Amino acid sequence: MLDILFYVFAAIVLVSALLMVVSPNAVNGAMCMIVSFVGTAALFVLLEAYFLAILQVLVYAGAVMVLFLFIIMLLDVDKSEGSYFKDKLTLGAAIIGFALVAILVCSAFAGANHLPEPGLMPVLENPTGEGVGIPFTTSSKSFGYSLFSKYMLPFQVTGFLLLAAMIGVIVVSKKHEENS
Amino acid sequence: MDILAMLLPIAFSLTMISVFMGLCSYSVLAERKVSSWIQGRVGPNRTRIPLVGHIPILGNLLTGLGIFQPAADGLKFLFKEEIIPGHVKVGYYYLAPIIALAPALTTMVVLPFGRYVDPAGVVQPLVLANIDVGILFILGVSSLGVYGIVLAGWSSNSKYPFLGAIRSSAQMISYELAMGLAILPVFMWSSAPGSEYGLSLFGVVQSQQSLWLIIWQPLSALIFLVAVFAETNRLPFDMAESETDLVGGFHTEYGCFKFGLFFVAEYAHVIMGSALFVCLFLGGWNFLPGIADPWSDNVFGTVLSVLWFMSKVFFMIFFFIWVRWTLPRFRYDQVMSLGWKILLPLAIGNLVFNTLIIAAYDHFTRN
Repeated sequence: MLDILFYVFAAIVLVSALLMVVSPNAVNGAMCMIVSFVGTAALFVLLEAYFLAILQVLVYAGAVMVLFLFIIMLLDVDKSEGSYFKDKLTLGAAIIGFALVAILVCSAFAGANHLPEPGLMPVLENPTGEGVGIPFTTSSKSFGYSLFSKYMLPFQVTGFLLLAAMIGVIVVSKKHEENS
Repeated sequence: MDILAMLLPIAFSLTMISVFMGLCSYSVLAERKVSSWIQGRVGPNRTRIPLVGHIPILGNLLTGLGIFQPAADGLKFLFKEEIIPGHVKVGYYYLAPIIALAPALTTMVVLPFGRYVDPAGVVQPLVLANIDVGILFILGVSSLGVYGIVLAGWSSNSKYPFLGAIRSSAQMISYELAMGLAILPVFMWSSAPGSEYGLSLFGVVQSQQSLWLIIWQPLSALIFLVAVFAETNRLPFDMAESETDLVGGFHTEYGCFKFGLFFVAEYAHVIMGSALFVCLFLGGWNFLPGIADPWSDNVFGTVLSVLWFMSKVFFMIFFFIWVRWTLPRFRYDQVMSLGWKILLPLAIGNLVFNTLIIAAYDHFTRN
């Protein structure tokens, strides 16, 4: 049962991701991207990572893509049709890119230097401080405990990066206002 | 046995969907009746089903209360001629009402609506899926509902629906922030160190056995209530429809059953918002503040807890309708400044304040 569900959702993710890339209509592309995100969330659910699945829906499908769709619809990108390999430069770049991907896939999965077979890694225990350690589970509490104990530095750095991005956005949009 | 284990959840889900849809159609009736009482009218009082409607006294009473009206409304939506305007983008035009309704129905999966005591004597919630991240699930899935409105406005390919869609999606994105921040203090208190509940709604209800959170966290409750009104596009905030300046808003170009789906989706969101407010702030199925759980441990007690929960939800639905027919609509810029300049700073201040209190409490009780 779980296997069948995995294949179904994986197929949905891959097909919608492919459609997103090749779709000439920007709104269709955005909708395919949403489907792909929701499918990824379903795959997380199959792995019993409910917290991650919900965050995927909440952040990407619920917030980021709404803004994407918003901008696409407001700008009405449909009218400017995407050029299809009309340019020789585009064609050349596409061929080189495809060749690089092919080489990467070949070297990763075949030949002498291919990647090691995936295996189950042992679960890393959370640190236990002052006798209040929370064991590593899929619960949200365990996630929070890990974030604020073991992964404190990456957590803070990510927060700092997001803050920098936010300030950057404010600065850019303010500048635009002054010019006009 | 294995087949039974697979079929039972499906049967439960179907039961819950039918109860929920029934509630939706009767809250439409409640809306019409309450609005007519507020405006000094009578409201729907003519529709009558043969046989049942002709029982001597009971039939007249039910007819006067408009009990049969939802059936007539539903049939009217079904049997109307289906007109598709020539200028719409057909695929998304059909998809939009479905996308509007589906998230509202999905969120009820994690909603606990009663409690039972299992043979081991442990109190368990009556819920389809008791997951650890219930509140995040509701916030996440209900945020997908905005796609229904956006797609409806865009695919209608005409000015007023487009304006309505843009307004309402901006409004929903803005108020989601205040909503999420307002309920953080609730969970900070309810899942204190030592409690086994994370972000599940059952844990919040269990933590309100002695004191309801609306008494304990009135500011959170107020911000959350305002944000729910904005998220459900109900009247003080119904930027999506505002019929005086946008004809009908995002569903101007929709008719017959497709309009019916939008209509049902609005009430589904209202019911979910009410139920969520009851769970988070009004103590769920707990009897009164101070009197936690007087229900007995048997099936009868379970039914009573469900009924008590439902009566609280009905009160909240009435409150939604009451507000709709009492307050006038905000202007669009007022909605935006209320969301960003008042509710959001208040919610952040509330969060910081509660964090400080919890830190101080921890500091003094540890020593």
